[in-house]
Amino acid sequence: MIPFKLNDKNVEVDVQPDMPLLWVLRDLMGLTGTKYGCGMAQCGACTVHLDGTAVRSCTLPVSAVQGKSVTTIEGLSDDGDHPLQIAWAEHKVPQCGYCQCGQIMSAAALLSSNPKPDDTAIDNAMQGNICRCGTYPRIKAAIKSVAAKKVGGAV
Amino acid sequence: MSTLQNVSRRKFLKGMGITGSALVLGAALPGWAPVWAQSNKASELNLFVAIDADGTVSIVCHRSEMGQGIRTGLPQVVADELMADWQKVKVVQGLADERYGSQNTDGSRSVRHFYQTMREMGASARTMLEQAAANRWQVPLSEVAAKDHQVWHKPSGKHAGFGELAADAAALPAPDISALSFKSKADFVYIGKDLPIVDMHDIITGQAQYGQDMRMDNMLYASIERSPVIGANIDSLDDAEARKVPGVVKVIRMPEQNIPVGFSSLPGVAVLASNTWAAMQGRKKLNISWQQSPHGEHDSAAFQQTLNKRVQEPGRVFRSVGDAYAGLANAVQTHEAQYSMPYLIHAPMEPPAATAVFNDGEVEIWSCTQNPQSIQNTVAQVLGIEKDKVTVHVTLLGGGFGRKSKADYSVEAAILAKASGQPVKVVWSREDEIRHGYYHAISAQYFQAGVDDSGRVSSWVQRTAFPSIGWTFNGTADEPSDGELSLGFGDLPFALDNLSCETQKAEGHLRIGWVRSVSNIHHGFAIGSFVDELAAKLEKPPRQMWHELLGPDRMVDPEPEGFKYSNYGDPKETFPIDTKRLKAVLDLAADKAGIEVPQKAGEAWGISVHRSFVSYVAIATKVKVEGKKVKVLEMHCAADCGTVVNPDRVKAQMEGAMIFGLSLALMGEISVKEGAVQQSNFHDYPLLRIQQCPPMQVHLIASDAPPGGVGEPGVPPVAASLANAIYRASGKRIRHLPINKHLQV
Repeated sequence: MIPFKLNDKNVEVDVQPDMPLLWVLRDLMGLTGTKYGCGMAQCGACTVHLDGTAVRSCTLPVSAVQGKSVTTIEGLSDDGDHPLQIAWAEHKVPQCGYCQCGQIMSAAALLSSNPKPDDTAIDNAMQGNICRCGTYPRIKAAIKSVAAKKVGGAV
Repeated sequence: MSTLQNVSRRKFLKGMGITGSALVLGAALPGWAPVWAQSNKASELNLFVAIDADGTVSIVCHRSEMGQGIRTGLPQVVADELMADWQKVKVVQGLADERYGSQNTDGSRSVRHFYQTMREMGASARTMLEQAAANRWQVPLSEVAAKDHQVWHKPSGKHAGFGELAADAAALPAPDISALSFKSKADFVYIGKDLPIVDMHDIITGQAQYGQDMRMDNMLYASIERSPVIGANIDSLDDAEARKVPGVVKVIRMPEQNIPVGFSSLPGVAVLASNTWAAMQGRKKLNISWQQSPHGEHDSAAFQQTLNKRVQEPGRVFRSVGDAYAGLANAVQTHEAQYSMPYLIHAPMEPPAATAVFNDGEVEIWSCTQNPQSIQNTVAQVLGIEKDKVTVHVTLLGGGFGRKSKADYSVEAAILAKASGQPVKVVWSREDEIRHGYYHAISAQYFQAGVDDSGRVSSWVQRTAFPSIGWTFNGTADEPSDGELSLGFGDLPFALDNLSCETQKAEGHLRIGWVRSVSNIHHGFAIGSFVDELAAKLEKPPRQMWHELLGPDRMVDPEPEGFKYSNYGDPKETFPIDTKRLKAVLDLAADKAGIEVPQKAGEAWGISVHRSFVSYVAIATKVKVEGKKVKVLEMHCAADCGTVVNPDRVKAQMEGAMIFGLSLALMGEISVKEGAVQQSNFHDYPLLRIQQCPPMQVHLIASDAPPGGVGEPGVPPVAASLANAIYRASGKRIRHLPINKHLQV
């Protein structure tokens, strides 16, 4: 059994230790907001937070999260009211939406470590997340709008 | 309860996923004969609107949502004509059902072909509600009117909600189409407005359900090893090690397939397991040897050279004006160029996936599909059952771009569900998607233009060669079809005294499919580049060169010049090739970008304009070239798509098209060796990333013309605008894509 914290709840899973966290979340826990896109940490669709840091769950063996805290899009906010989720809706960011959970998770990790990112910091934090529909300009605008509203750096 | 079309109604309610006392409106529209319908006259019953007693209006979206916003766009048209309150509208995804008409969500057709139908559905339902109120109040119909989800009696101020009237309304005969009244543009409250997409909350909270997200009790996850070369079946299989992998439940051989494959499944071996990871691990342990295929020799680099040579020789003339060769012989100056573009693949963020359950001779499928009726037809054929035994649910699509028009992966799920006796989800990996797709055709073009003694370009020869989509379905086509030649090549809109449009041979060696804007991708690149080359050669500003070639305002008709032009399936009377609209978007993009404003050394604008899917788009791109490195600095798009339902979604599509175009122009290449695709994932089939993405603006031309295409027309001018900008910035003319073969991107 591998114990870890998932969206603030203690869970245990009985799986092959090398199974990537992505498939544990999707197939065993039923949390399908974390998406499969490439399986080799190239596209960012599977991004979750591990102890607050953005990681690609598709290449992270579940054994590596033992005793740690994992947050998925389902645990980011109570009802889609994280400032970034609100900004995503205001800026009408999504097209197909498939990559957007990963985008939001990467952006949330960025803002928690750097509340006022400039363009370069946004590029650096978000370059691992591909959007085939082409929503990058709106992603950037949405992140900036949240950064601009931040006072004192608190999310 | 109403007796209105009982059978249809039950099926409708089932299809809408609603039960109980919901009442159907607009169920029958006598006289509504869909000229665009793919198949039959049964679609005289069209079922789009239902209203609950509590006033909830359910509107069917029968087209697939893949990011274009159609689950918002079409219902917002219905709701407007219905005078419904958008907050009380629920959008319901239609099952595969030919009575809806075509559900094949490609060709940029959803609004173009269903705008009027949706207005009719909304107006019909509204009229029935008004009639029900007039009957109830014993007043003339002329004294009542719907507004704000209610029907009002104007003289007395009496009113009743849609929910209260729904039962009575549903019992009425549907009004005749010719008796319907439609709102005027000034009265629109939703059409033309930027409504947010209905799936927004689900998407940003991770609740949205895509094809990859299906889960069912007792479901097996399948990963399939498919033949690396088309036309190769299994020679031998050893699956002993695969079966030992923990979680693996079954190993099933897929049926053999020979060319043409069409929409069928590919030959291969499926590993079924209790989770996706186990299925993928088991698959790696398969030991398969494959038979030889006649396509095992295919080498894309050598084939590209062949095509490049062929287009430099005279080909089959399919459109001709005057005598182009005599014109060139007499020209005071000529210019020639040859262009090429490799195979491309769709790479939607969600790889294909489908789930199927087979019970008692019936199959139920959940698929991220652009074309549910095609799944119905193909699965029925493959499983040998009647079409009405195949139910197809359409999930959200994590991108489509043409890949998900093909039924193959849903066929796989149906075959495996039947063979295993359990629900099966077929999960395509990224590697599967890149290696076993339906590819955009490798291509070559050649141009020669002649300038007469007045300094005008008056003679023009152009040739194109690329394997045809037809080959995928017949295994014999060896040159482009008229339909493919109609995509941005045979419809050349230039005012020329002498013109020869020609094709050359090109054989098929991979499944050739359609990718966002299809043959317009390579034709837009080649023509847009050649115009810029002529401008440079003749020392004319690009905008002036385009204006001279486009000539006077007029409607271009290639038919009298020998070409059977398909015009995207639309009548040329309604959707002509209008040079005035081409020039208008060209000028708008040029002005907004300021392409004639002097730039810093190493920086420049490039521009191109293209009509496709009966819409008009110009793209201006600014680049900086420094040494061997190019950076895209800024882009402007000007688009005339006729009447627009949701301007924000149209702009989003144009933004996406610019980025799609940049990806393919800068980095897109599928190469083939010994018949097998060489790329496998995003490390070797890169897509544009955020740090490569320039600021961009979209400018829409206000128009009352009928709606044109939106999803695809933004793509074709991008590559040429980029290559032209690179030339203007550096003097380097790139004729062979992708650009990263020549410059660092």
